[in-house]
Amino acid sequence: MCTLEQRGRVFVLTLTGDDEHRLSHALIASIRSSVASVAAAAASAGPGTALVTVGEGRFFSNGLDNIWAGTSRERLQGLVDALSPLAADLFALPMPTIAAITGHAAAGGFLLALCHDYRIMRGDRGVLYMSEVDIGLPLPPYFVSVLRSKITAANALRDVTLRGRKLKAAEAKEMGIVDAVCPGPAETAAEAIKLAEQLAARKWDGNVYASIRMSIFPEACRSIGIVEESDEEKRKHFASRL
Amino acid sequence: MLLGLPLLFIGTPDRLDAVEKEPQRPVHGGAARPRPHHHPHGPGEHRFGPALLAAIRSAVAASAGAGALVLAAEGKFFSNGFDQAWARTAPPHLQATMGAAFRALIADLLALPMPTVAAVTGHAAAAGCALALAHDSVFMRGSRGFLYMSEVDAGLKIVDFFAEILREKVPDAVARRDLLLRGDKMPAGVAVRRGMVDVAVEGGVEDVVNAAVAEGEKLAARGWDGEVVAEIRKAAWPKLWSKVKDYGSAGAPAVARPRL
Repeated sequence: MCTLEQRGRVFVLTLTGDDEHRLSHALIASIRSSVASVAAAAASAGPGTALVTVGEGRFFSNGLDNIWAGTSRERLQGLVDALSPLAADLFALPMPTIAAITGHAAAGGFLLALCHDYRIMRGDRGVLYMSEVDIGLPLPPYFVSVLRSKITAANALRDVTLRGRKLKAAEAKEMGIVDAVCPGPAETAAEAIKLAEQLAARKWDGNVYASIRMSIFPEACRSIGIVEESDEEKRKHFASRL
Repeated sequence: MLLGLPLLFIGTPDRLDAVEKEPQRPVHGGAARPRPHHHPHGPGEHRFGPALLAAIRSAVAASAGAGALVLAAEGKFFSNGFDQAWARTAPPHLQATMGAAFRALIADLLALPMPTVAAVTGHAAAAGCALALAHDSVFMRGSRGFLYMSEVDAGLKIVDFFAEILREKVPDAVARRDLLLRGDKMPAGVAVRRGMVDVAVEGGVEDVVNAAVAEGEKLAARGWDGEVVAEIRKAAWPKLWSKVKDYGSAGAPAVARPRL
């Protein structure tokens, strides 16, 4: 389902297998477990780490496991509810995060990519696609919150959510959704790891990094259940650093 | 004592033909001479300690009646942020006053009954960058100096109202991420392209100041009702206003603009 390895200061989380990496309860749990390991390892590793999330095969992730959910609203809502804590784990992670979008990222899979700080995508194949409008599903509120936080140009947000536009990497880069475009999956993964190494080399305090991230996206964080630190606690931290 | 942060006042609207520019004059504050410390803070960094913040607030208050406000600085820095060296030696209960004074200054600027222009004549880091962005227009020296949110590099967290300045004034998610989460040092050209700065001005400090003053004169010439300007501004940035409004002066003081 997913594997985790550490390469120097960079953690690489791989969604394994040449399938759609549909976000089932099992895969979500597996990813959360890996992300928790990363957070724990970061605490002992000290400042200067980063996470890369990459997929094998033709898909980054094709979203929540709608096939398993079928026509059951309870099952679908259950999956929606299960993804939210994973989003929270990523928004709260004490290190820079990069999604190496090595294949299609649709719906929940697109959301997963948006939960990372940076996005590097292959340019030859694959699209980013918020499929809900085409399938006839409303967007869960926290999906909307994350989308609105990360896609701030009004036209871009409209195209993604209301037009169900399928974005290739180059278009996504123009819209500010993707940071870099690479020729193929191997280059995408390599570029993501290189960026991760550069960011890790800045030796940022992970807790401060996460705190600043959360202060940039307070509404998204609220929507996924993250309670931001109070100003009082931040000032205590400031005083301790003088 | 010289604090080295001149404020330029634009003449009142009824004197458009002879718009006055105050000679660059130092802002006098009531602070004692700073004690010498072995720290990286130099006097030219215009770091925001309680004394400088009080002096700026006082000068902003004294601008009442003018057509526009321009804030500029002398030397290599616009401002390098909070005076942490002072904070290090201040008792804990006083440290919070520095942040509160900055919050009050932001409130005063948001409530100011005239257009405001920042002339970013040099490096603007952390609170210095935030202060510049809190103005209606930002002019910046093209050839030297950068905007830099240094907090991530310095390992400092960002309190809510401060983050709100950046959230409201840097709406683009990617620009905000690069500025705050990557600590990018943005020269004027990049800052203009990314929507943070209005104009990059080629030349020296004087050229930036002149351009900012010209902009201030142009805005003053519109003859806007200052109170309306203030109300519209507060309505345009409602989240930020709500987070600072209880900290500023209670309304603009009705004093005549002082003449030297």
